[in-house]
Amino acid sequence: MDTTARDGFAVPIGQRQTTMQLSRNRKRGALQGRIVHWLFFACAVMSVITTFGIVVSLLSQSLGFFGEIPFWEFLFGTNWSPILKDAEGNRHYGVLPLVSGTLLVASIAAAVAVPAGLAIAIYLSEYAPDKVRRSIKPVLEVLAGIPTVVYGYFALTFVTPLLQSIPVRVFREDLLVFNALSAGLVMGLMIIPMVSSLSEDAMVAVPRSLRAAAYALGGTRLEVSLRIVVPAAFSGIIASFILAFSRAIGETMLVTLAAGATPRLTFNPIESIQAMTAFIVQLALGETPHGSLEYNTIFAVGLLLFALTLGMNVIGHFLVRRFREEY
Amino acid sequence: MTTTTGPTATDTTLSVTNLDMYYGSFRALRDINMEIKRHSVTALIGPSGSGKSTLLRCFNRMNDLVPGARVEGQVLFNGEDIYHPSIDPTEIRLRVGMVFQKPNPFPKSIYDNVAFGLRINGFRGNMDEAVERSLRRAALWDEVKDRLKASGLTLSGGQQQRLCIARAVAVQPDIILMDEPASALDPISTLAIEDLMRELSRDYTIIVVTHNMQQAARVSDWTAFMTMGEDRAGYLVEVGDTHQIFTNPRDERTEGYITGRFG
Amino acid sequence: MAKAEVTALLNPRLAMRKRIGSVAYVIFILAILLGLAGLAALLLRVLWQGAPWLSLHFLTDYPSRFPEQAGMKSAIFGTIWIMALTGLFTVPVGVGAAVYLEEYAPKNWFTRIIEVNISNLAGVPSIVYGLLGLAVFVQLLSMGRTVLAGAMTMSLLVMPIVIIASREAIRAVPSTYREASYGLGATKFQTVKDIVLPHATPGIMTGTILAMSRAIGEAAPMIAISALVFLTFIPTDPLDEFSVMPIQIYNWVSQPRPEFRGIAAAGIIVLLCVLLSMNAVAIYIRNRTQKRSEE
Repeated sequence: MDTTARDGFAVPIGQRQTTMQLSRNRKRGALQGRIVHWLFFACAVMSVITTFGIVVSLLSQSLGFFGEIPFWEFLFGTNWSPILKDAEGNRHYGVLPLVSGTLLVASIAAAVAVPAGLAIAIYLSEYAPDKVRRSIKPVLEVLAGIPTVVYGYFALTFVTPLLQSIPVRVFREDLLVFNALSAGLVMGLMIIPMVSSLSEDAMVAVPRSLRAAAYALGGTRLEVSLRIVVPAAFSGIIASFILAFSRAIGETMLVTLAAGATPRLTFNPIESIQAMTAFIVQLALGETPHGSLEYNTIFAVGLLLFALTLGMNVIGHFLVRRFREEY
Repeated sequence: MTTTTGPTATDTTLSVTNLDMYYGSFRALRDINMEIKRHSVTALIGPSGSGKSTLLRCFNRMNDLVPGARVEGQVLFNGEDIYHPSIDPTEIRLRVGMVFQKPNPFPKSIYDNVAFGLRINGFRGNMDEAVERSLRRAALWDEVKDRLKASGLTLSGGQQQRLCIARAVAVQPDIILMDEPASALDPISTLAIEDLMRELSRDYTIIVVTHNMQQAARVSDWTAFMTMGEDRAGYLVEVGDTHQIFTNPRDERTEGYITGRFG
Repeated sequence: MAKAEVTALLNPRLAMRKRIGSVAYVIFILAILLGLAGLAALLLRVLWQGAPWLSLHFLTDYPSRFPEQAGMKSAIFGTIWIMALTGLFTVPVGVGAAVYLEEYAPKNWFTRIIEVNISNLAGVPSIVYGLLGLAVFVQLLSMGRTVLAGAMTMSLLVMPIVIIASREAIRAVPSTYREASYGLGATKFQTVKDIVLPHATPGIMTGTILAMSRAIGEAAPMIAISALVFLTFIPTDPLDEFSVMPIQIYNWVSQPRPEFRGIAAAGIIVLLCVLLSMNAVAIYIRNRTQKRSEE
């Protein structure tokens, strides 16, 4: 055995070199590890910077807008004509017509997607055999993957003519080419999978033992579903509604193509309206000089849109988390 | 009516003949034959996997909820075949209640937990009275009478299990099936549940699955011993008076189990 | 009250309840059929209207005022540019963030903020990203309405999807693998690089493809960045102007002449085919890895 010392450091020479090399490597490894750690950290922080960027850019650009238009006039004004002047030569910056247009379309969408999505979720979670469930779910998910511009095309060229061909005039008026109704109906179709899959997740998470107890008391499948499973999954189901509604509010291409470009404070679904997002697109497409009041207007509307959807998403995610803690 | 000791024909509430039970192609129970006496406590004992819970779930057709489960043979409940095609399992479950291994109150108020079975079955009487009576019957009333609106989940484990018993009792079934009702509870709560079983057996027929032989000996009038065959199908070894089974079993496998030689 | 009395007061009306149950069942099935019928109507409508306009020249021609000559060459190339750059920006940063959150992050308030922030970013409307891109990339950083600005905007938009999918993929790597690696004296970075990431790659790829298929269909943020539709050249470097397929489709749908509806439908068919093949690849990867892990 080739060693340098018999007592104390009884280490073979070759091996000692390896040990030294290893420790040098380890030192370099530690430095490398720290650098890598910070790189990964920087990646994660990018998401915070993005949020920060959104808030700052929306705020700073709309600052110019709110410098000229009082905040309350913007938020509660009922007349929106930032581009065209009225007879007296004034422009108006009351955002309520855009908000009402957005809410009108989103409400029609919710009226379709909430019952249909919930029914689908109940069926998939409580009724469907595994095989059926596994084949239906991906097909429904396709609805969520179709680009929204395609839905806009569908609403404008198919659903509106279809509705126009219905001989009964519900509102005793003609359905316009651009209208909130068909945009809302098609948007409802679009967000069905969002409601159904989130609600189903919530219902599947309800413990089996609760169902067993309800069946053991002589409950039918429907009673067990509606009186035990749905209430037990309630916060998760409500969260799915809120998140889907928020999605509907932020949807852009569908309302731009099918709902019109006439800001109007109305809740009549067969009229043409303008949604907040559609206004942003309309102005972005035009040649508005950057820094002008018109240009800043889209950021003010964007800020409102961001605040609305963020609020709903925070509530929705809070409910989902609370639901997860329950079970 | 008093607790009977000597079985006669009219005392029989459940009668099982040549019962086989399958999950898909797997036979879980083989050739079960037994009779359950009215207003008594019958204990099902035996090693894990011997099909005690599966057999219990044949009595209220809970196995119907498992895809691929099917039953051959006959289960007569007061002379009526509960597996007859014209019989709705929902109807059977109304008359054969069940208490589960883990307390499983609904995430609703204590009151609504007890009222649930009555409500879905169109109860037209005084609901407050019915809830109070059921809670008293389950020896829970005094502990919860001031907080009936509180969630059932706020109760302790033992209280939750008694709430589940009150929930089962509320619709006044003939039979109450209990699937190891005390196995998730502490010793004091366990004793309370055992007392309750004795007390309830004056008015109800109770069938209880238990792992705990002392429990079976303490609470039951009749004991059925089950075990598992080579093919993993559970079958019945012997049924008899609890005293006889524990002191003088006829079958050596029973004797082996109760003296702790196997299982 | 005796037992018999209670039983007499019960009125289970089983037949009635079963009937209600059957009606409800029919309603549930109808809801599913509604979804499926909507999807079928949409796809059939697109095929019906678009198929006659599909031809090779549609893919190789530039947009035109004349329906017979209109094609989507510039939009296709614009989309390819945007996708390539978006992938280039998103994947390293998104996977890096996922690795940080799964493998490095301490459990403290700041990590919590990052997590909440990511899930909220996933819900921000896409047009808001467009405004962000317009304010920051186009104006502040003076990139102009270029491919680069578009791709950076798109990267921010799909970043949350990549992060969330990558985290799931990383979480699915059994912790025994990590322990084995540490047991052999590997550093954290070596473990991540040699053990965790290779095993998470299929999941990360699936998530990336899904993110890209989201990006490929997004029109709103791209309209905010680039309003250009009738582009008669293809971008040759990242600082060129661009159009993308969904913008082109949007433009055709909003043309008053009915022929352009057919052209739009043809464009949609092309877009959906691309999406379909991307999803097929994602499903293929997922199935292959599932099979492998079952073995």
